[in-house]
Amino acid sequence: MKRLLYFLPVLVFAVVAGYFVWGLNPERNPREVPSARVGTAVTPFELPPIDGSSVPGLSSADLADGEVTLVNFFASWCLPCRAEHPLLMRLAAGGKLRLIGINYKDEAADASQWLAELGNPYDRIGADRDGRIGIDWGVSGVPETFIVDGQGTIRHQQIGPIMPRDLEDEILPLVEELGR
Amino acid sequence: MTARLAGLCLLAVMALWAALPAGAVMPDEILDDPALEARARALSQNIRCLVCQNESIDSSNADLARDLRLLVRERLLAGDSDRQVQDYLVARYGDFVLLTPPMRPATYLLWFGPFALLLAGAGALLLLVRRQRRSGSAEAGPAPLSTAERARLDRLLDAAEEGGKPPASPSSPGPSKGA
Repeated sequence: MKRLLYFLPVLVFAVVAGYFVWGLNPERNPREVPSARVGTAVTPFELPPIDGSSVPGLSSADLADGEVTLVNFFASWCLPCRAEHPLLMRLAAGGKLRLIGINYKDEAADASQWLAELGNPYDRIGADRDGRIGIDWGVSGVPETFIVDGQGTIRHQQIGPIMPRDLEDEILPLVEELGR
Repeated sequence: MTARLAGLCLLAVMALWAALPAGAVMPDEILDDPALEARARALSQNIRCLVCQNESIDSSNADLARDLRLLVRERLLAGDSDRQVQDYLVARYGDFVLLTPPMRPATYLLWFGPFALLLAGAGALLLLVRRQRRSGSAEAGPAPLSTAERARLDRLLDAAEEGGKPPASPSSPGPSKGA
């Protein structure tokens, strides 16, 4: 019994060291919040197109038509959105999945100019002027990106801009799996 | 002079006091019904601003916090209970949106862990003290003297009373050998 007590410091050390290994792991993002929306159906909504734009608006029904969709919340005032935009353009050109945009709390003129300048990767764009649909999706800022399966269920939520690695490691494998 | 100073101090305290509960709520957000507004304030103080993460929406100036404050008030006006408003937000942002984590099996360790540790520590201490006391009562009191020892002690005491030097005993340690 007393012998076992001698191992107590070793045990305490192991626990503390394990905690540090977890906490100091550079791969871990301490601000990351587990998504509450993954696995749930898209809340029914309807969004008008951007004023004066020829790209149609969208409703939740458009997301449950059997096709896998990437839904991207973006805004012209959002710098990281600009950073991830070329990646979305490449993804749209690749034709592996449908891209839909939700223009978050933006002015119509600004959004239109942004798309004219950088290109439009989206099949449809809904204008979420007051950010209310964003709240329904559990969006806390732009950019955020969701993968929705053919039945209209959210399967993935990406907070912040999509990096090439997110695309390779998470998004594309998931799209492939859902498309099968 | 002192009365004036005291007055100034009072004024300062009152001014600070007034500033305390104001939070980030803008006048245009405040509901007309004070009872509903009070509920909204109480609710907002437990809802995390997802942008700043360590502030409540009641005290955050972030855009999203304002949206959520308005949403909370809108739900209350629509007749939701406090619980329904919380559930509405949790369904969208997860438990993380609540500053007080909810009580459920996954959070039992969080809620009861410290008390469990305290109890375990107290139990271990109690056990230790008990064991020490029990073994102490058995060992601290030396075994009673045997008859031979008693007879020798009496002899020594008698010799001391007579004023003479106690008879040297071969078993007693010499003063020089102490170290």
